[in-house]
Amino acid sequence: MPVLEVRNIRKSFGKTEVLKGISFSLEKGEVLAVIGSSGSGKTTLLRCLNFLETPDGGSFSVGGKILFDASDKRKKRDEEIRAARLHFGLVFQSFNLFPQYTVFKNVTLAPELAAKTKFSRSSAKYREELESIRSRAHALIARVGLSEKEGAYPCELSGGQQQRVAIARALAQSPDILCFDEPTSALDPELTGEVLRVIKGLKSGDSTMVVVTHEMEFARSVADRVIFMADGRIEEQGTPEQVFGDPQSPKTKAFLAKSLEKI
Amino acid sequence: MQLFWEVTQKLLSGFGLTCLLFILTLVLSLPLGLVFAFGSMSRTKPLRYLTRGFVYIIRGTPLLLQLMIVVYLPGIAFKMPITKWGIFGGNVELAYFCGALAAFVINYACYFSEIYRGGIENIPKGQYEAGQVLGMTRRQIFFKVVLLQVVKNILAPISNETITLVKDTALARCVAVAEIFFEANELLSLKNIIWPLFYTGAFYLVFNSLLTVLFNRLEKKLSYFRS
Repeated sequence: MPVLEVRNIRKSFGKTEVLKGISFSLEKGEVLAVIGSSGSGKTTLLRCLNFLETPDGGSFSVGGKILFDASDKRKKRDEEIRAARLHFGLVFQSFNLFPQYTVFKNVTLAPELAAKTKFSRSSAKYREELESIRSRAHALIARVGLSEKEGAYPCELSGGQQQRVAIARALAQSPDILCFDEPTSALDPELTGEVLRVIKGLKSGDSTMVVVTHEMEFARSVADRVIFMADGRIEEQGTPEQVFGDPQSPKTKAFLAKSLEKI
Repeated sequence: MQLFWEVTQKLLSGFGLTCLLFILTLVLSLPLGLVFAFGSMSRTKPLRYLTRGFVYIIRGTPLLLQLMIVVYLPGIAFKMPITKWGIFGGNVELAYFCGALAAFVINYACYFSEIYRGGIENIPKGQYEAGQVLGMTRRQIFFKVVLLQVVKNILAPISNETITLVKDTALARCVAVAEIFFEANELLSLKNIIWPLFYTGAFYLVFNSLLTVLFNRLEKKLSYFRS
């Protein structure tokens, strides 16, 4: 059974229809790369999955449980949306680390706040939970290769390091599906490698991932499946070999020719 | 020399009241300003327009006029002079002081609210979204993520307003609050000596120097991060 199932998602901003019915499904441990030119709706799709935008139509479910259904007109309560959100993690293009906290605190803040509301502060359960949040954070920061930077503030890090912290922060919530919104677009070319290597490393840890990217080589080497989006629709999808090696749609061909063009 | 000490003592007693007015105004208007700021950013339209209209009026009229309205209008318009209000127990000085304090608090809360609003609206949307996708509540996002960044953003304008407030307290003299300027003025009219009036400047200057040092320290304390 697929871990993520997206059915016919639609979204308009004013009169512009950005998503015109997107459907796909994702198996556990799969990595999906979403490619396409700017304005094709890739980012909006990720934002819909993370409840930062509300789709006008369609539905999606994780592990068979419906998290969103546009035909359900009942207004969702805040807690419901927050609970649903935790199935997803999102790494932003612009990192969005919390500037006043250290690397370590950036990773532990949200889980610690959640623990605080779940357990009474003096209980042994709470202390246990804190202990496990912290040891997990150490492990995650080590995993993105920044153990010696745990006490540093975001402004003391390079863009690539900041993005790696953002990845650790998203992983700390153990999301079922981790989403990346053009994770290297705001980085200098020499810094993209370290971030892409970290994402690649997660693949072996059987994380399910959706990566919106402009890095074609990366998409080709990491993704199990590739979706090419154009004008709010899925123009073509398949394995990297199919989409990159033998594209069927003329739009895909034109896009790939342009992106792979060497100057 | 004898006279100098007498004058200094008199001015010091007035300065005590100046400090009290300053501190109480600050302590009350800083949180009230936050309430106004939330009002002016509210999603409820009537509340938003009402708050913004109120702030518009307060910021657009002289503080001196507001002082007189608060202190004298109840007596003139409703035949209920504040000096006769039960809560003041017949203490005329207390009544005038509280009237002046109310006007100062409302006036400064309005200025602070606009500073807060600017500081809050300047926080990048990404900070809220990062908190949201991590499952934090709106309250947690505001208090744990946004607030300290806002404080850092608004420290300079707040310190500006605070220093202005120290000097604005001199206006309270016009509604019979015996602060330092009032005392100096009394020396002028009763003993016909004018220099105490100029001497008051030293008190304001020393006080504001302390505030400047304090705000510089705060700024340094928050310089460990950049938004």
